[in-house]
Amino acid sequence: MLKGHAEHFPGSIHQPPLASNVDAIQPGVHIEHPHHPKLQHHFDDMGQQAEASTLGMWVFLVTEIMFFGGLFMAYLLYRWQSPAAFQEASAHLSIGWGGFNTAVLIFSSLTMALAVRAAQTSESSRTQVGWILITMFLGVVFLGVKAIEYTEKFRDHIVPGPYFDATKWEHPAGVEMFYSLYFCMTGLHALHMIIGLGIMTWLAIMASKRTFNAEYYTPVEVAGLYWHFVDIVWIFLFPLLYLIGRHYHHG
Amino acid sequence: METLNYLNDGHGLASWLLTKDHKRIAILYLISITGFFAIGGFFAMLVRLELLTPAGDLLSAETYNKVFTMHGVVMVFFFLIPSIPAVLGNFMVPIMIGAKDLAFPRINLLSWYIYILGGLFTLTAALSGGVDTGWTFYTPYSTAAANSHVITAALGIFITGFSSILTGLNFIVTIHRMRAPGMTWFRLPLFIWAHYATSLIMILGTPVVAITILMVAAERALHLGIFDPALGGDPVLFQHLFWFYSHPAVYIMILPAMGVVSEIIQAFSRKNIFGYSFIAFSSLAIAVIGFLVWGHHLFVAGQSVYAGMLFSILSFVVAIPSAIKVFNWTATIYKGSVSFDSPMLYAAGFIGLFTIGGLTGLFLAAMGLDIHVHDTYFVVAHFHYIMVGGAIMGYLGGLHYWWPKITGRLYSEPWARVAAVIVFIGFNLTFFPQFVAGYLGMPRRYHAYPPEFQVLNVLSSAGASILAVGYLIPFTYFAYSLFKGEKADNDPWGARGLEWEIPSPPPTENFTVSPIVTEGTHQYVHPSQEAKLA
Repeated sequence: MLKGHAEHFPGSIHQPPLASNVDAIQPGVHIEHPHHPKLQHHFDDMGQQAEASTLGMWVFLVTEIMFFGGLFMAYLLYRWQSPAAFQEASAHLSIGWGGFNTAVLIFSSLTMALAVRAAQTSESSRTQVGWILITMFLGVVFLGVKAIEYTEKFRDHIVPGPYFDATKWEHPAGVEMFYSLYFCMTGLHALHMIIGLGIMTWLAIMASKRTFNAEYYTPVEVAGLYWHFVDIVWIFLFPLLYLIGRHYHHG
Repeated sequence: METLNYLNDGHGLASWLLTKDHKRIAILYLISITGFFAIGGFFAMLVRLELLTPAGDLLSAETYNKVFTMHGVVMVFFFLIPSIPAVLGNFMVPIMIGAKDLAFPRINLLSWYIYILGGLFTLTAALSGGVDTGWTFYTPYSTAAANSHVITAALGIFITGFSSILTGLNFIVTIHRMRAPGMTWFRLPLFIWAHYATSLIMILGTPVVAITILMVAAERALHLGIFDPALGGDPVLFQHLFWFYSHPAVYIMILPAMGVVSEIIQAFSRKNIFGYSFIAFSSLAIAVIGFLVWGHHLFVAGQSVYAGMLFSILSFVVAIPSAIKVFNWTATIYKGSVSFDSPMLYAAGFIGLFTIGGLTGLFLAAMGLDIHVHDTYFVVAHFHYIMVGGAIMGYLGGLHYWWPKITGRLYSEPWARVAAVIVFIGFNLTFFPQFVAGYLGMPRRYHAYPPEFQVLNVLSSAGASILAVGYLIPFTYFAYSLFKGEKADNDPWGARGLEWEIPSPPPTENFTVSPIVTEGTHQYVHPSQEAKLA
């Protein structure tokens, strides 16, 4: 009956006759080809699983863009409303620290890419763990520099709120707005870095157990996508926050 | 002998709370969403009781503000937005595309826990004194003036947003990567297209409201000035960011309901949908254009007239794909062999009420008329026609349609028809008078009103009590059917489609044999042709 049904009314499932099929009589029992231990039950094969994971991360990164997007929108509006104040506030940020951190992050993207490659090409777990640890180290360096910068802001009463020192600025309201956005944006970025470090700790442990090889390296690849995204956010933050109007002053 | 299915495959609380099965997670959502619906309904009842009399006698102005805020917050964020996607979508999306589960089962479970956590935050805010900002959290009131638990409630919404994002993400990846062999894009059931479009809004819109709500909380906690005019901030920026999500959020509520209606209309007219690709693409069009209309909430907020004109035109444009659906559903019913079982009653109710809600939306999209009715009960009536008359009708229709599949039991069809009619009558009696009151100038969000509006308000409150009865009846016969309901066979409606070919309730893995799809869903055949094929 089922067979006839499939012939006439499409629609639907095209199944082999019930009697000849063991699966249908014993639900839940499978006759399957031997498969990779990391293959989850609801995927057909490793390729489908890997494609789903990477697409999932890409979709997640789209939501991240929209998440940061709200802050970029606020930045756009207030920089347009008070360009002079934003220039004044930006001039107070250290290009040295900002530039150094930019270099650190770009370099960490390279080491992350090498970590993915090491997993893809089934390099030794030593090599894989090594690249992951170097990436983590660079992430920590970035956060350390950020901590130094934040400390300076607290010391100099540049942090918005009740302790903000309005006396030393030409456009205190706009400067305070700039630093509100500065702390929101870099703070959110730093939070993403910290989450990234957590993910990489897990990756390093997995890699040390020889989990990743040419057949199965999706977690490293997906974490890599995330890490590159966090870098790219910084690539936008650095010029928008540190470099406003610099060419007027220094040529 | 009872066969193994997802309901009896594992017992005990842990087997439910730690489940990764999309069907069980759908049930978890069903239970929790019903709870939030009851809470939101309780607040609605308080509102309607207060408005029985012109004087603000039952609730103080402050308490009334908190009551309508909690009604809005709970209903929008904890009932309407997750309702169809997280319950019916969660259950049906994998089955309807021939998959064993969603792409990320653990993330699916995580989304439920996030939802519950967000709900706990919001309930904490309610129990510890409430929030009085309205569900819109407008600044600078919410950041500088409101003396209530704004941060707790805001964090609740922020957290719940992520459950919505994760659900959307899961659906998108699942629909892209998990379709059974032969299930091409244009063979997908329209329910799936609707959920795909909904998911796009979830992943693109929700993060924006999340960061906005976070900025409000940060502004309150840390005294930043992003939205505070006293500190150089712009409160209208908040309105832009808020409505950039919250207008499309209306489409998060209505698109899945449209998907449900597309399925029901076909099944109970015994006809394939008229204009499949038009319905499919109109879902995408609503999702895309829906992102470009938010400024119609800001016609009186000091937005430039030129921006207002653009937003007005775009708001008219977004009505076109909705109208396409309504016309195509009607054309599907035309000359079909229609049976008015309870799901069809809800679907028919949806078409009528959604049409009224949509057309009155055009009133509000017209800049001149909007100034007259802005912030009046006209607006309240309009969006309740969409959200209650549209989204909840769709949800109830879908629940009735798939209940035999989900539970394996049949409910009492006569009672279901009675309930559907009561809901329809109660709904219209509640909200139609509000159109009139609003058009005559009754403003929303006040606990007192001039005596000339009393007749309309008494009608509305009376309707609300009928509506409440209409909602309680299904609750009763659904619960009864779990224990005493007749067992359902695979396809009790004769509806056809992947979900109707597997046992009711479905086995844990959905399909014991991976399906190979040879043509689109349903594929009803005209009775005159049936004989030839048999």
